[in-house]
Amino acid sequence: MAEIVDARGLSCPQPVLMAMSMMKELGEGQIEVMVDNEVSRENVTRAATGQGWEIAEVRQEADDYRIILKKQ
Amino acid sequence: MEVRKNFFATSTGIIGVGLIIGVLAALLQKWGNPGNMGICVACFERDIAGSLGLHRADVVQYLRPEILGFVLGAFLAALFFGEFKPRSGSAPLARFVLGMCAMIGALVFLGCPWRAVLRLAGGDGNAIFGLAGLAAGVGIGTVFYRSGYTLGRTSKYGYGIGILMPILIVGLLVLRLIDQPLAGEAKSGVLFYSIKGPGSQYAPLVISIAVGLLVGFVAQRSRFCTMGALRDLILFRHWHLFSGMLALLAAAWVTNLVVGQFHPGFAGQPVAHTQSLWNFSGMVVAGLAFALAGGCPGRQLFMSGEGDGDAAIFVLGMITGAAFAHNFGLASSPAGVGPNGVAAVVISLLACLFIGYTNIQRENA
Repeated sequence: MAEIVDARGLSCPQPVLMAMSMMKELGEGQIEVMVDNEVSRENVTRAATGQGWEIAEVRQEADDYRIILKKQ
Repeated sequence: MEVRKNFFATSTGIIGVGLIIGVLAALLQKWGNPGNMGICVACFERDIAGSLGLHRADVVQYLRPEILGFVLGAFLAALFFGEFKPRSGSAPLARFVLGMCAMIGALVFLGCPWRAVLRLAGGDGNAIFGLAGLAAGVGIGTVFYRSGYTLGRTSKYGYGIGILMPILIVGLLVLRLIDQPLAGEAKSGVLFYSIKGPGSQYAPLVISIAVGLLVGFVAQRSRFCTMGALRDLILFRHWHLFSGMLALLAAAWVTNLVVGQFHPGFAGQPVAHTQSLWNFSGMVVAGLAFALAGGCPGRQLFMSGEGDGDAAIFVLGMITGAAFAHNFGLASSPAGVGPNGVAAVVISLLACLFIGYTNIQRENA
């Protein structure tokens, strides 16, 4: 089951910090990061890729984005 | 729903935007803006405060069209690409105070981060101390973020809230169009003008607006941010935004060399002083304030165009800070720091540290 990081309503660097903290804590697995703006979506996906996580999916849900990160 | 790709958010995109801004900023000086001040968000907002009579320093009064273009260009980009999202409610008073502190610090150095880079690109060695101070201030800000600093979440609002700032800016643009400067006159209609000093030096109106709109548009798309450049480098070792800042420096430097505006040295630089400690300290305050508010002064303008009411409050805080800086003798001049500049740096630094410390939450939620 994926861990969920809810960073909606927060602006950078906080969504990236929260996602990176979870990536560090889990080491591998699946994380769903929820953000509510394009900038956070771009920054979180860029940071996750840099940490060796795969961007499995980015879903737009109304005004929000659900970014699904995976690492085996 | 499919997510749209954004070219400007790529490495090529951010470097391209840095190059565009660097060339245009240097050319704005050639076209009439003050030396090493093709674009300076802090100085230009200070000039706007002067043009509205919020302070009466008669050498820095001009309703700078570039700033208006920044907001409106970002507004148009956000509208066109579906990123106009009215939001607000994340500690607005703290953001107002941070805006005031940022402006006070920037006016002790005599420039925002954009101008610090442009000053360096023009050969002004004093900018090195300002940039070092900026990095130190942003570095202190990252310590707060690592400790759990947050000003809290924003709330979503209807378009009527998000469009208030662009409307305010259109109002200022209309004023600038109605009350045109008159040769040798210090006032035209309700607007104040400078007849000497930096406020009297400006590029033609159409050019200033066009450059402002273009920069606002591409900066909104690329998320260009000079504070974010340093913050992401320090916090995450991410070079993305920093590459845009370096591109700005390189492009402005080359353009200055080509048009004969590169004059290396420390003494006698345009709108600058040589008191290194205060060049450094002023920008420590500004850097910390920008970091705690989540964006450099340019980025705050672009976000205000996207409908971010908190960024708009920060901008209004900066304009208010400029009024205090000149009314209370806090701003520097080419002769050195103002009579109360040192006290202002200390008080502003304490205010930023207070906001940082008291907004640390143990949980990032």
